[in-house]
Amino acid sequence: MSLTYQGIPASPGIVIGKAWIYRPAPVAVQRDAACSPEIEWEHFTAAKETARQQLERLADRCKQQFGAEEAAIFDAHLMILDDPDLGETIRASILEGGQSASAAAEAAFNTYVETIGALQDEYLGARAQDIRDVSRRVQYCLMGIDPAAFEMPDQPVVILAEDLAPSDTVQFDKRLILGFCTVKGGPTSHVAIIARSLGAPAVVSAPINLESLPAGIQVALDGTAGKVILDPTPEEIQALQKDQDREEAAWQQALSQAHSPAVTRDGCQVEVVANIGSAEDAHTAVLYGAEGVGLLRTEFLYLDRDTLPNEAEQIRAYAEIFAVMGSRPVVVRTLDIGGDKAVSYLGVQAEPNPFLGWRAIRMINERPDVLRDQFRSLLQAGVNACLRIMLPMVSSLDEVRQAKAIYCQVRDDLLAGGLPCAQDVQFGIMVEVPSAALIAEHLAEEVDFFSIGTNDLTQYTLAVDRTNERVAPLASPFHPAVLRLIALTIESAHKKGRWVGLCGELAGDPRAAGLLLGLRLDEFSMAAKSIPVVKALLRTLDSTACRQVASQALSQATTQEVIDLLNDAFAHDR
Amino acid sequence: MPSIEVLVNHASGLHARPAAMFVRTASAYPCTVTISNLTAHGLAVNAKSILKVLTLGVNQGCTIRVEAEGEKAEEALEDLYRLISTNFGESA
Repeated sequence: MSLTYQGIPASPGIVIGKAWIYRPAPVAVQRDAACSPEIEWEHFTAAKETARQQLERLADRCKQQFGAEEAAIFDAHLMILDDPDLGETIRASILEGGQSASAAAEAAFNTYVETIGALQDEYLGARAQDIRDVSRRVQYCLMGIDPAAFEMPDQPVVILAEDLAPSDTVQFDKRLILGFCTVKGGPTSHVAIIARSLGAPAVVSAPINLESLPAGIQVALDGTAGKVILDPTPEEIQALQKDQDREEAAWQQALSQAHSPAVTRDGCQVEVVANIGSAEDAHTAVLYGAEGVGLLRTEFLYLDRDTLPNEAEQIRAYAEIFAVMGSRPVVVRTLDIGGDKAVSYLGVQAEPNPFLGWRAIRMINERPDVLRDQFRSLLQAGVNACLRIMLPMVSSLDEVRQAKAIYCQVRDDLLAGGLPCAQDVQFGIMVEVPSAALIAEHLAEEVDFFSIGTNDLTQYTLAVDRTNERVAPLASPFHPAVLRLIALTIESAHKKGRWVGLCGELAGDPRAAGLLLGLRLDEFSMAAKSIPVVKALLRTLDSTACRQVASQALSQATTQEVIDLLNDAFAHDR
Repeated sequence: MPSIEVLVNHASGLHARPAAMFVRTASAYPCTVTISNLTAHGLAVNAKSILKVLTLGVNQGCTIRVEAEGEKAEEALEDLYRLISTNFGESA
């Protein structure tokens, strides 16, 4: 008979398969010191060293298999392991208190798990889980157990467990994971992050008694609804399978067509490209069918360091990305950093209003060297690339002229010096400040293209700090005022024969595809994962019909009216 | 003993990544550095211990006091002040 449990959804998707119950080895704390305090202390330091090596290996493995965000968990574990106060407590308990290494470590870790766990905070709850995880690792090392030594079935399974610590989750062979279900844990727990990165469904906090569960039982997991069905009936399986098939078919269909161009029903083609910030992202972008890069953020070269990146470093980093993208166009945004980032060597300071302050292209007078170095590196690295360069946060014509003068000087210097220099480079700007949209006709004289940054354009137009939770809901790019600026930008550019891209979140929003097409946007730049779906959606549209909807949208009075209009107009297309 | 008092504005307080950055910065200096949460009980703990810093439960909007004593104490405080006042390198 089937049993249904309601848990908390932690990673979307549906999966049906054999259950495998993961039971980590129990920890046996050795209460009494078996040896002299000095020997017990040696045991502890040896175990700590083994734990450190395991964590370093895990961080590496995790980085390769899952990504940097997930690997950061193990850097945090290393920090806990090396905590000086924790180490001192354990040392004193062993050498002065005569306790066993095992008991001393357990007590010291537990103090923190309890104190921090008692603070009733979501983030700290996750940290308490991390501390417990490190504590268990140290105990395993003292016991001589390798936590990686367990047998997984050789067929893909749905993994059921009381709780899954980060180090449990990353030990599983990811090819054999159908989904996760835990009895404990919250939606922000580590297993949720890992499951989402794998695209595997997960449910947490499902009140299942794992002890009484027969081995190899069938389980159906609905990670979208947070539902778990044990031993599902044929009817239940059929219903779920139908949902699953529909979701899966839509995605597979989109993915299979991801590498074809996005041509509307009436034969109008737009460019669909990716926003990226690293070479790794570039690989993902190609995989999901990006026809190029519409926004390469270059901040990664400048953060977490004490000096400017030199030319050789910059060239290496850009060339790596250009090599991945081959002949596809790559739009590189020059440095966009300000008082919200701690980059002292650039001379940025904490400012009361960093988004209205000294940032991005506004550094040009005090630090022309930064822009010059970046142009020099890009032109040299981009010899075999289809390179496009754009300036962020332009608000006046002077900034563009000044930057162009530097750019031309750099190009002339490279050519005069006999150095490599990319040809046919397009030069453009971001339109993300309302003043730039309003004088777009003049800016279009100076550049080859515009890229509309809707996230900032929205925040500046509506005077809403989108990182301030109390007002963030007001920051809708569907506000008629924002739409009018977008329309004006595109119109002004087209009159001068320039093309326009859009690289804010709006470009990847399925609700906006028809609207932007109707506004005659030329290039849609978005997170790589949105590309297959947006391309599929664009293919269902008719550009003439979209133009009518767009012109109606521009005449609406409120955000809600715009959204209602779009829902009505495009509901049948989805 | 030189000290600073500063308001923590980061949405996750001194918990996740900001706590690690704070402890790493403090650990880079030879002087002793302590931190207390003035909005809570105000007990000073070792700022180089991630576990101790987490026990303070510093949330967004809490005011903390950081004290340093010994070699490079002033520099340590300046560095830590900058870290917190620039919101740990993220948007405010």
